[in-house]
Amino acid sequence: MLKGLFVLLLFQGIGEAVSHYSGLPIPGPVIGMILLFVYLQLSSRELSIGLGDAAHFMIRWLSLMFVPACVGFFFLTNIPTNQWLAVIGVIVLSTLVTMVITALLMKYLMAKPKPLTPEVEQ
Amino acid sequence: MAEIITPVLLLMLTFLIFSLAFWLYGINKSRPVISSLLHPLVTTPILVSAVLLLINIDYNDYRQANQPLFFLLGTATVALAIPLHQQFHHIRSLTKPLLLTLFFGASFAVITALSIAWVFGATPETLISVAPKSVTTPIALGIAEKINGEPGLTAGIVVFTGVIGAVLGPLLFRWLNISDDRIKGFVLGICAHGVGTARAFEVSGKCGAFSSLGLGLTGAITAMILPWIIIYLFK
Repeated sequence: MLKGLFVLLLFQGIGEAVSHYSGLPIPGPVIGMILLFVYLQLSSRELSIGLGDAAHFMIRWLSLMFVPACVGFFFLTNIPTNQWLAVIGVIVLSTLVTMVITALLMKYLMAKPKPLTPEVEQ
Repeated sequence: MAEIITPVLLLMLTFLIFSLAFWLYGINKSRPVISSLLHPLVTTPILVSAVLLLINIDYNDYRQANQPLFFLLGTATVALAIPLHQQFHHIRSLTKPLLLTLFFGASFAVITALSIAWVFGATPETLISVAPKSVTTPIALGIAEKINGEPGLTAGIVVFTGVIGAVLGPLLFRWLNISDDRIKGFVLGICAHGVGTARAFEVSGKCGAFSSLGLGLTGAITAMILPWIIIYLFK
């Protein structure tokens, strides 16, 4: 597991370096994730148990790591008072609408064998 | 003395309340609607904020104290490569539907956000800050900066979007009769980024892998396309 954590940190570091020096708008950890994925795909060796355990542990507590950022939402002071309704409305409505459309679209696209399922209108 | 102890206490506060929230969530697992609304990502931030306001602590101090968690969020993001690798055989056979869903999903997220904001009477500044809302926070901040949005506002909106998507998504899937973990995961990743992905891993490993894929791809495609849409709309 320690070796696994080391590998994760290593790729996080490489990702940060690539993000910094390339000027890409993609954050370091996301680049690190892509590089580690490519490495795992290309490597012929079996995924080590240590790395699997470390990843499993980190992902299991992903929610916890979002808490400090989520708390920030309650301390936003830079929204003009007349914009609050717009902000909340946009978040709730557009997220729901997008989820429904995306889910139905994907269900339709994956139901290839019977292409005439009239589930989605675009 | 207080300067030394306060950061530790503020970090402990996050762990303490999260454990409490996790327990509360666990004992209500059998009731889908109640447990969705009691998800630790809903209850923990509310309770932590309440405590901070009550004992009069500045958010910046809390944020500073919780820096280790922000760092580990990056490590956890890297870790998403492992389920992606393990589930890749499921993903490869679905390249075409996944790419089409991704393209339309990421576009709909921006279009619905902008049009609904406009209907609600948002100012151009708010419109710009709202546009990257479905993208994972660090990418959204980069985009907001590029299109001259308000970074603080964007960060808050992105996080809140994730929570709404993660909480209401599973209820929505039940209502739409969607039981395929691949669809659930990919939609959660596209619409609710990392927060949705955290939720997707609670459903299954396959659901989480598809969510990780949706998160990564949506971030990349939005980062490349959105600045151009904004320039076209506002110039």
